[in-house]
Amino acid sequence: MDSYDVVVVGAGGAGLRAAIEAREQGLRVAVICKSLFGKAHTVMAEGGIAAAMGNVNSGDSWQVHFRDTMRGGKFLNHWRMAELHATEAPERVWELETWGALFDRTTDGRISQRNFGGHEYPRLAHVGDRTGLELIRTLQQKVVSLQQQDFKESGDYEARLKVFQEYTVTRVLKEGDRVAGVFGYVRESGQFFSIAAPAVVLATGGIGKSFKVTSNSWEYTGDGHALALLAGASLLNMEFVQFHPTGMVWPPSVKGILVTESVRGDGGVLRNSEGRRFMFDYVPEVFKGQYAQTEEEADRWYADPDHNRRPPELLPRDEVARAINSEVKAGRGTAHGGVQLDVSSRLPAEEIIRRLPSMYHQFKELADVDITREPMEVGPTCHYVMGGVEVDPDTAASPAVAGLYAAGEVAGGMHGSNRLGGNSLSDLLVFGRRAGLHAARYAAGLTTRPVVDQAQLDAAAAEALAPFAEGGENPYTLHQELQQTMNDLVGIIRRAGEMKQALDRLAVLRRRAARVTVEGHRQFNPGWHLALDLRNMLLASECVARAGLLRRESRGGHTREDWPGMDRDWRRVNLVCTLDEDGIAVQRQANPPVRSDLLALFEREELAKYFTPEELADEQGR
Amino acid sequence: MSKDVEFRIWRGEGGQGGFANYRVEVNEGEVVLDLVHRLQATQAPDLAVRWNCKAGKCGSCSAEINGRPRLLCMTRMSTLPAGQPVVLTPLRAFPSIRDLVTDVSFNYAKAREVPSFVPPAELKPGEYRMRQEDVNRSQEFRKCIECFLCQDTCHAVRDHEENKAAFAGPRFLMRVAELDMHPLDAAAEAGLDRRADAQDVHGLGYCNITKCCTEVCPEHIRITDNALIPLKERVADRKYDPLVWLGSKIGLRPKS
Repeated sequence: MDSYDVVVVGAGGAGLRAAIEAREQGLRVAVICKSLFGKAHTVMAEGGIAAAMGNVNSGDSWQVHFRDTMRGGKFLNHWRMAELHATEAPERVWELETWGALFDRTTDGRISQRNFGGHEYPRLAHVGDRTGLELIRTLQQKVVSLQQQDFKESGDYEARLKVFQEYTVTRVLKEGDRVAGVFGYVRESGQFFSIAAPAVVLATGGIGKSFKVTSNSWEYTGDGHALALLAGASLLNMEFVQFHPTGMVWPPSVKGILVTESVRGDGGVLRNSEGRRFMFDYVPEVFKGQYAQTEEEADRWYADPDHNRRPPELLPRDEVARAINSEVKAGRGTAHGGVQLDVSSRLPAEEIIRRLPSMYHQFKELADVDITREPMEVGPTCHYVMGGVEVDPDTAASPAVAGLYAAGEVAGGMHGSNRLGGNSLSDLLVFGRRAGLHAARYAAGLTTRPVVDQAQLDAAAAEALAPFAEGGENPYTLHQELQQTMNDLVGIIRRAGEMKQALDRLAVLRRRAARVTVEGHRQFNPGWHLALDLRNMLLASECVARAGLLRRESRGGHTREDWPGMDRDWRRVNLVCTLDEDGIAVQRQANPPVRSDLLALFEREELAKYFTPEELADEQGR
Repeated sequence: MSKDVEFRIWRGEGGQGGFANYRVEVNEGEVVLDLVHRLQATQAPDLAVRWNCKAGKCGSCSAEINGRPRLLCMTRMSTLPAGQPVVLTPLRAFPSIRDLVTDVSFNYAKAREVPSFVPPAELKPGEYRMRQEDVNRSQEFRKCIECFLCQDTCHAVRDHEENKAAFAGPRFLMRVAELDMHPLDAAAEAGLDRRADAQDVHGLGYCNITKCCTEVCPEHIRITDNALIPLKERVADRKYDPLVWLGSKIGLRPKS
């Protein structure tokens, strides 16, 4: 059996950044990726990386970024993660330049920054609308450069950092309460593999493939969420799922594909079928005062942001998605059930093509729409899960399982109830690096290595082979039913009755999934792969529905029609999911109080919208 | 709105196999990958194909449609000739694994042979200053999604297996060009000569600028005009510029 110091599961932004860090600490690192190297979901990120470098507006600082992040998450964020994120993001971006990244520039040659929803200043470092590609390629090329270094020294590119492409982890192995390695299968051969390692970093991304309409790629099946649960770790705040306001809606086969928020950041506006810029009607109480009330003021803001307020199209994503949903429901949608997103009347054609090349290309080739001449039709699409593995904010370590770390979308806490656009790529880098660093320190500090137990390997192999038993159902049918269930019953607007119904259906699906049957043999078999993914999607979906049913309020990515208000008492509560013999259990856990100097960054009137009078009184008494 | 279309899909392993025929329903707006998915869900559950994003951003679903290298997710059914079967085959230049999946490790091996960006020693993180005009060229090449369609179509590889050892292919020659045109790359200071390497290590000479790579690029990168030809010119300048020649003889560092 292969043995490494640190195994990183996932090769997107967080996984690669973790692997680079652990390798630079001098350890031997394995990266396991479900797809080919360089294809991870990070590649689809479009708008940019949020980092308060202040290159475009010098008023920006980490404090302002922290404030925006907490507001965006409706103060449910773990304050310490939001603080680390805001303070470290600029270093993580600058570091990418030393590895060869080429961001768009300001006129004085620095990294350009663009406006985005919920960010007070232009803050997103970007490369047109393909920033995720730049990020993944830069990290991939950094990995290669470290391998080249190792080749020079040892004659072996993979001496200290090896990428296992198209390998899938199905179990984290343990010795007692600590991590001992990973088990999984090799796609090409269908054979099993296992790696002994004292530290495992989960960096597997999100869960969007459990929903029918999603911007997420094939990989997003909640693998890390499930691996963590199965290993005894807990998941935090899984009820919060972000529906990005602007996905494509037509033609049906591309429904859900992302339309970047940069369209709005760069001047695009949303209109209903009556031609009205409806977002002015949807500025919620907590954000009154920060957003323009007239089209004239909103339009002046692009040229003079210091004396005008921002257009309401740039509200956080949860607000915009709900507004679009309401407009369509009220009968003011387009023919295909979306609203219009128009940049053609706002910018010259050549400017649109320069700033939004992928969007231009995507609409032209997939929908026969020329976005320089006509509006796009858009509607909400499942995009991101704020919930995830509960981790220590500084070390990214699971408090429940020694040696288990999580970073990026699979980790919870950082974004609270709603993530701001641009905060994902920076999250990957900041906490990817921290996870790699602390996993390396943990592995290096051990005096005895955990031993992999044969019984666990046998059980994992039996579990993975179960779908080859005959007589069960087709996994594709189950997947479609799961996606329909989550879309219809645990979607953007939720009700208790529907979530209960979803839980009933999920219970049935879980029983049926235990008996799926795949055709063919083990080599590169997509049906088998899906059968294994189903376990993970069902676990993550059940967490979303259970926690969603329990949280009786509306906040960020969790909107209850039957509990429409935001409840200050609920802000103090995190919902934590664990797995036991009976299935998913959800418990309430106190959200730690925010440090005083960070609270002092806000006006008291604003805090009073989110915190109870008792909390604020306690704070004053300190 | 929907109609049935005939698909002929190469199925097999390790190069052994043959065509299987399917009839499948096609709806408005669909791309070829939608039909492959429908076949998996209904008629061929173990049909092997790579795909990730289904949005033209990751470059996973490369295959040959009616003999032409393309992305399955960006090829709309409406653009293919009506009334004819749609023929799907794996990328021809790479070894077959199963069905539409090929072994593309050649490309990852070539990627490792290109020396990485060399950061300028005198600049700390955050101190990099570059003008947009100066990064435009390399940025165009960094749009590459590594679908390897250019590698597949380039006749220097496609028809000449024996060239693979000495030829990096358009994608990785473009990578050399990208680094050579990076305004702050300090390769020369580190004793690296990217232009000499392009010719001597990566086989730039095998390219005879037939532009096949540019034609199949789903990102519309002008690989030949903007990367390969300028790189050839730079190699030629370096070789024949008498001052550079003199400089290299008397130990002066050539200024790019």
